[in-house]
Amino acid sequence: MSESQFTISSLGKELQAQRTTAVAATRQCVERINNTDNQLNAFITRCDDSAFQDATAADARLSAGSAATLTGIPLGLKDIFSTKGVRTTCGSKILDNYVPVYDATVVERLRAQGAVIVGKLNMDEFAMGSSNETSAAGVCRNPWDKNHVPGGSSGGSAVAVAAGQVVAALGTDTGGSIRQPAAHCGVVGLKPTYGRVSRYGVIAFASSLDQVGPITRTVDDCALLLEAIAGYDPRDSTSVDCPVPDYQAHLRDGVTGKKIGLPREYFIEGLDPEVKRAVDDAIEVYRRLGAELVPVSLPHTDYSVACYYLIATAEASSNLARYDGVRFGVRHSSGGGLIDMYQQTRSAGFGAEVKRRIMLGTYALSSGYYDAYYLKAQKVRTLIRQDFHNVFEQVDLLLTPVAPTAAFKIGEKTDDPLQMYLSDIFTIPANLAGTCAMSLPCGFDAAGMPIGLQLIGKPFGEGEMLQTAWAFEQATDWHTRQPVL
Amino acid sequence: MKISEQDVAYVAGLARLSLTPEELKTMTGKMDAMLGYVDKLNELDTDAIVPTAHAVPMANAFRGDQVIPSSGSAAALANAPQGTDGCFQVPRVIE
Repeated sequence: MSESQFTISSLGKELQAQRTTAVAATRQCVERINNTDNQLNAFITRCDDSAFQDATAADARLSAGSAATLTGIPLGLKDIFSTKGVRTTCGSKILDNYVPVYDATVVERLRAQGAVIVGKLNMDEFAMGSSNETSAAGVCRNPWDKNHVPGGSSGGSAVAVAAGQVVAALGTDTGGSIRQPAAHCGVVGLKPTYGRVSRYGVIAFASSLDQVGPITRTVDDCALLLEAIAGYDPRDSTSVDCPVPDYQAHLRDGVTGKKIGLPREYFIEGLDPEVKRAVDDAIEVYRRLGAELVPVSLPHTDYSVACYYLIATAEASSNLARYDGVRFGVRHSSGGGLIDMYQQTRSAGFGAEVKRRIMLGTYALSSGYYDAYYLKAQKVRTLIRQDFHNVFEQVDLLLTPVAPTAAFKIGEKTDDPLQMYLSDIFTIPANLAGTCAMSLPCGFDAAGMPIGLQLIGKPFGEGEMLQTAWAFEQATDWHTRQPVL
Repeated sequence: MKISEQDVAYVAGLARLSLTPEELKTMTGKMDAMLGYVDKLNELDTDAIVPTAHAVPMANAFRGDQVIPSSGSAAALANAPQGTDGCFQVPRVIE
């Protein structure tokens, strides 16, 4: 195994046995970043100095025998998580100089375990994008082919993990922003059930849809990292007070007799034949492993993109009202009054995609249009939720493609936002329904780009979903492939 | 057309964005395309459907009225573009 292939569990064993040190592991990551990031642009801000301090502290803790699962593990964070004393831009010019004065709860939890924070990772501006092309820090490149997008919005997180720059990373997922880049980069990504992980200190995009989750090389790591960040947080009033299971306990129990639903609305025209073949092969793997594959229907799937782009933009227009040049961020003012300052600051600070979404959301919420757009979308959301509720009476979980195609080329869809939005058709419904879903590698297309398989679990069914994913990973070797850089 | 340049200029004002004439034109085209697309929601009869604001049903989250340490005004002002005397400073509001 090459050094860049360390996982949380393999590096953890090496560290616990004192066969390597956190400082050495951190040095490997830093060197890998030095050697590869000029090609990939996965990092917005690096924290080399504090990472080595974290690592030194972790080594002391390892020597003292008081290590936790993540002690000494080099991790990356999407630049959407507030990090005390470390610049946090959210991929936007408007937060170019913003240095949070507190840590997000998930960051606190990683630090409490003694994890090493290597840096802040590239992303679409305010997590609005499916290709990482809207980032003010520039496009991030897919390590499997640098002419292709890595997916988005957590593009930098998926790239850093796939390229061996970090052992694992955290991202956020509002309409597929963890699962789609994970699929496009050949790694594992999980969006937890809404309320499973605290959003405190996570820069908000669409508050009723946003969730934090892990991006890792293996399912095992995904379970470990999820367990570390999950749980109730009184500082996030939408976090759910429900015990976090030991995800390792049933991880290896297999899928014999498990009922896996295949929603026919996800196997449609427009699905790339190579993606379909890879997903069909995955279905055969599950059949061989003893699962029962059941055709099911989620009849309102086709309405999910329209529903999502009204709800998400409406919530975004409200959340992004705070960027007004008063309390933080970059102010632009040419000496006029307060309103002039607001307009100049926001017009100069936001990129085109963010402005489009603020505008659409403001329109959907505006007097005279609220009922026709926002309220209508909320009602359709009820129908989409009911689809999932009904289908989970028949099956334990669902199996679908993550995206209709493998990663597209940089620049291919930037002129047509609607086409870009439609590429999220298979990931958006789980956010609207609030349930958990994950992406895992299931093959490559003829051009050598990775293809992802999506599992959608019941609300708070992360354990069963991880167990199902683990069985597939054991039966295949897609997760062991690495891009050549 | 679902939306006119005049409507878009009005919404830009609500959103505190100023658009150049060129931006206004492009924005109108892209918003028109999106509004045309989301029209498909009207294929569904939702008269009897209760709207979903949150995927996880929840009531108000209350917590005890306890005093806990806060960051303090120096930290709160640390990122202010302009601050003075422990306050955020903004351009003149009343002429």
